[in-house]
Amino acid sequence: MKIVVLIKQVPDTNEVKIDPKTGTLIREGVPSIINPDDRHALEAALQLKEKYGGSVVVMTMGPPQAKFALQEARSLGVDECILLSDRAFAGADTWATCYALALGIKKIGDYDIIICGRQAIDGDTAQVGPQIAEQLGLPQVTYVKDLDYNPEEGTIVVSRAMEDGYERIKAKLPALITVIGELNQPRYPTLKGIVAACRHTEYPVWTAKDVGADLKKTGLDGSPTNVKRSFAPQPKGGGLMFEGGARDQVDQLMEKLRKDNVIRER
Amino acid sequence: MDFKFTEEQKLVQQTAREFAEKEIEPIATEFDESQTFPWDTVNKLSKMGFMGIIVPEKYGGAGLDYISYVLAVKEISRFCGSHGITVASHNSLCSGHILLAGSEHLKEKYLPDLASGKKLGAWGLTEAGAGSDAAGTQTTAVLEGDEWVLNGSKIFITQGSVGEVAIIIAVTDKKNKRRGHSAFVVDKNSPGYSIGTKENKLGLRASDTAEIVMEDVRIPKENLLGKLGHGFIDTLRVLDGGRISIAALALGLSQGAVEESIKYAKEREQFGKPIGKFQAIGFMIADMAMEQKAAELLTFNAAYLKDKKQPVTQVSAMAKVFAAEVGMRNCTKAIQVHGGYGYTKDYPVERYFRDIKLCEIGEGTSEIQRLVISRSLGL
Repeated sequence: MKIVVLIKQVPDTNEVKIDPKTGTLIREGVPSIINPDDRHALEAALQLKEKYGGSVVVMTMGPPQAKFALQEARSLGVDECILLSDRAFAGADTWATCYALALGIKKIGDYDIIICGRQAIDGDTAQVGPQIAEQLGLPQVTYVKDLDYNPEEGTIVVSRAMEDGYERIKAKLPALITVIGELNQPRYPTLKGIVAACRHTEYPVWTAKDVGADLKKTGLDGSPTNVKRSFAPQPKGGGLMFEGGARDQVDQLMEKLRKDNVIRER
Repeated sequence: MDFKFTEEQKLVQQTAREFAEKEIEPIATEFDESQTFPWDTVNKLSKMGFMGIIVPEKYGGAGLDYISYVLAVKEISRFCGSHGITVASHNSLCSGHILLAGSEHLKEKYLPDLASGKKLGAWGLTEAGAGSDAAGTQTTAVLEGDEWVLNGSKIFITQGSVGEVAIIIAVTDKKNKRRGHSAFVVDKNSPGYSIGTKENKLGLRASDTAEIVMEDVRIPKENLLGKLGHGFIDTLRVLDGGRISIAALALGLSQGAVEESIKYAKEREQFGKPIGKFQAIGFMIADMAMEQKAAELLTFNAAYLKDKKQPVTQVSAMAKVFAAEVGMRNCTKAIQVHGGYGYTKDYPVERYFRDIKLCEIGEGTSEIQRLVISRSLGL
């Protein structure tokens, strides 16, 4: 089985600070890590490979330093790593990012399953997995917390986490899934894996040209959306506590809602 | 001078840190209290390859450089000194001595199991009457036919009771002052080999420290480690490398002291603001960080020289003394920053304080290190 995993190198937001003047992330000096949900994606891929055989190909789109994230993935035991990198990709929103990633995946070709993390801790959109599935015309299941593969049927059965429970969904491969932390416990690299990753592995870089990208559809130019402003939200106030019996509290609440024009009588 | 770490070194550091923070830190206090050897986490470290970090790939190790080794021991020790010293002594002393002086037969026989952590290793030099005065060794080894027969006892041996393999330094020629000691590789299951007292220690309490007693222990002739009579010379060379790993242990504990102090100084408020905003505390932590940085650079310099196979005796002695003494100061100050809370077991700084003291004593006291340094200066 050929498993493709997409990962993203992100700033470690445990360490991140907000610039008080601009309200944006201070990325300088902040260590970079593999996006936490993506580590669960990598673990899922490695477990499938261990059980059913095959290979795991990891791809990331990013600047040259994203190679470090690929080295970390390689040290876990994946087979192949590809860095999709080009100035033309810079400034992309999720749509333009997925255009490029989908082309990269097409170039990899012949895959059985694509595994992504649910969302990245810097962007937090959760859009990339689903958009790629659309670009490639693949069935998709998101928020996967349980995964079973049936090699004879060429299908997967997953549990999709909802707020109040979960759905059991069967999908025919090739398909794309996005995974959440509940799915598995990511393994640690081994020292031998680190040596293999740093001394015995090539990290090919694919440019826009290599994947046949139309430059009008990549980067800032290819982005139908752009971030206007990001800011730290104002801290919430303490809120209002109503006292008294249930009836009393409801009356007070109704009065407040009317006063604040949240509800209106017809 | 390039002060940057390579990607390989960064990955080793990151991996050790993440594992130590997530898997070791939550159990460190409990195992310190109960003085139990943390087999579960030690076995996990073994699976990741940390028990063979400096053993060449051909013998099943990871074959990493000394800088990676220092980083690994430091990051592990940051959260638990007991785990740090286990990794350090197993690698530097036991595997280290076999690598340095062993025949191909001994290397092939013992290194793969030691590197994989299948067997833990101990290094037996110290005796009741022979600490800094290692020449006072009383344990004897006599050749009888095809076997060496060992008699004597060793104390304060790390991995003494959990180790399956031990290097034992013994007298092979009483009359020869300079070439009278030899080293031997001994399997724990050899008849006549037993474990004596398990030490009840101030710190590093989850690390196993015990007495080894040998009564007519017979080992194959081939288990002579290095040349006959070269036990002492080889011991000094083994300690050159071992010192760097103890410096790394001290760096880790010291780093813990600094990081916990910064964290506490930002959170704890008195007189209307975080205590870190008062210069008394801010300056104290500034001094801690400054000395920490200096100790790190000295230790990495020693590791660098070792990797380049350049003479390292002086710098490794300096690194060990300096890192241990900086660590002592930093761990003491960390308790002071934490005030009353630092004096309780609810915070980890009291454990770092108890753990760090060993670094001024084990693998050559600070006094012996100063002797080494002053001699290296021609004094």
